[in-house]
Amino acid sequence: MNKAQLQNTWKGMRVAITGGTSGLGLALVRMLLDRGAEVAFVARNRDGVERLVREKPQGRGITGDVSKKDDIYPIAIQILGALGGLDVLINNASALGPIPLAPLADTNCEDFELALQTNVLGPFRLTKALLGALAASARDGGHPLVLNISSDAAINAYPNWGAYGASKAALHHLSRIWNEELVSQGIRVVSLDPGDMDTPLHAVAVLDADQSELKRPEDAAQEVISKIADVVSRGPIRLAGAVQEVIQ
Amino acid sequence: MIAATVPIQRPGDARLLIVDSRGQIADASRSIFPNLLHSGDVVVANDAATLPASLFGIHNRSGRSIEVRLAGSESVRPDDVKRFSAVVFGEGDYHTPTERRPSAPELHPGDTLQLGPLKATVLRLLGHPRLVSIRFEGPASAIWEGLARYGRPIQYSHIPAPLAVWDTWTSIAGPPVAFEAPSASFILDWRTIDAIRRRGVLFSPITHSAGISSTGDEELDARLPFDEPYRILESTARSIQAARAVGGRVVAIGTTVVRALEHAAFVHGSVRESTGIADNKIGPATELRLVDAVLSGTHEQGTSHHKLLGAFVDESTLLKMDHMLQHHRYRTHEFGDSVFVEKSRWKSAAGNAHWVEAGDFSRPSTPLR
Repeated sequence: MNKAQLQNTWKGMRVAITGGTSGLGLALVRMLLDRGAEVAFVARNRDGVERLVREKPQGRGITGDVSKKDDIYPIAIQILGALGGLDVLINNASALGPIPLAPLADTNCEDFELALQTNVLGPFRLTKALLGALAASARDGGHPLVLNISSDAAINAYPNWGAYGASKAALHHLSRIWNEELVSQGIRVVSLDPGDMDTPLHAVAVLDADQSELKRPEDAAQEVISKIADVVSRGPIRLAGAVQEVIQ
Repeated sequence: MIAATVPIQRPGDARLLIVDSRGQIADASRSIFPNLLHSGDVVVANDAATLPASLFGIHNRSGRSIEVRLAGSESVRPDDVKRFSAVVFGEGDYHTPTERRPSAPELHPGDTLQLGPLKATVLRLLGHPRLVSIRFEGPASAIWEGLARYGRPIQYSHIPAPLAVWDTWTSIAGPPVAFEAPSASFILDWRTIDAIRRRGVLFSPITHSAGISSTGDEELDARLPFDEPYRILESTARSIQAARAVGGRVVAIGTTVVRALEHAAFVHGSVRESTGIADNKIGPATELRLVDAVLSGTHEQGTSHHKLLGAFVDESTLLKMDHMLQHHRYRTHEFGDSVFVEKSRWKSAAGNAHWVEAGDFSRPSTPLR
């Protein structure tokens, strides 16, 4: 894909990002808006949402908490109201579980539940609510994509990262299964590990981290954007029972 | 028929009354629906998501409590969220049957309404004291947030428990522009859509702003359905053309789809990528131009949905259907059982002079804004 084609890739692409006011999400919102995408971003803190809207007035800010079941449809309605449809959903909002991190044996059930609600059930519910819009994008010649932000803790067993790692492992596997199932609707689902980043979440998790060894969120966002471009460049998935098939 | 009182979109024991083009009627499990489709057919559903369009609040001039039910808009563009037509009720909620609800206070242009976080102004009355055009104040983002967070799904007394928004969204729900659920599409889960496609059948939704189904007022109910905007995407227009080119049938999921497709076919002579406002009323005198079969809910005599089925079959078949629905104790309303009705081969051959009930297009309908 050349530069001009890449430019066209983003123009008018309708993207929703959860956890959009800090870390990787914030970097993605800024970069995608700068590339001409139409972006709705979701975050829990109203002040943070309003601050980012002031910085990027073309972005559509939505206050909501993906870990709460009752927030999912209000969020979905506002995403679809703001964008008129959806091409890319980035489930980025994450919860660590216990803070400070703790061995599983010392992890309260409630902290584990919060990690599962935020990292697994929230993305599941929001994606499910938005599947109709994503399938419509596929029928309309788009390249709908659900990008779930994962972690190497989803694969490797790190002590003290039990709630987070188990929930991200579930999200990773959910993504793989959903990708198999939704191919018939023309929707791709990808799980992506952005690496260890210098973000507020990482700072809470690893108090003595050497920041110089951590990836800048902007660099990780660039990689995520490249991944989206790579998926889009594969072209639309051919739908079963498509018009050409019927004519033939 | 008996009312379906629980909001389950696809109960395992859902029934389907099948009326074929020869007028033969059969009672079946609804799960066989994909088997009724043939390779080359196109299934057209309505992918509108349902707005939580019931808003409780205060009529500021009188200080009285009101419920505002959004009932129509002028387009299916999501940024077009400021102006709506609305039916206004007095005190109380859905637990009271709509026909027994206290009247709304007298409404005048300029009256202001406080509906939770939303402020609205009455622009004008639409030919009835309870049907008004309103305009919300503030930016579109604030209106969307107010509707999403404060609105409740429109609901009726036959369902005692409060509906959640997810009860009203079909699996394929996309643009949030319907005021009540396009409930015929509750039948569609993704497994069913896959099964339909595997039969060599095209599946292509339209977006139709399904309006309010009952107001509790005889005079207003006689005007239903109100004008409803719709959008037909190019991919759907192509699917319909492809199906017709190979002799396939156009199967509409829901009365809203019949209305939109027939409106588009009337206006353009064929279906193409378009937006429009369906102001047609379809009934026994309508000659269908495009739709060959409809999957719909079960409807009671006298309703506009029941009249629409009269465009597919003659009166005696309709009476037989009604009898079968009663006899087999079919469930009715939005979470009820379904009917699948093919256009009668004899009815279409009769060649009605007017495909739309006389006057429906020649007499301008009441604009809803």
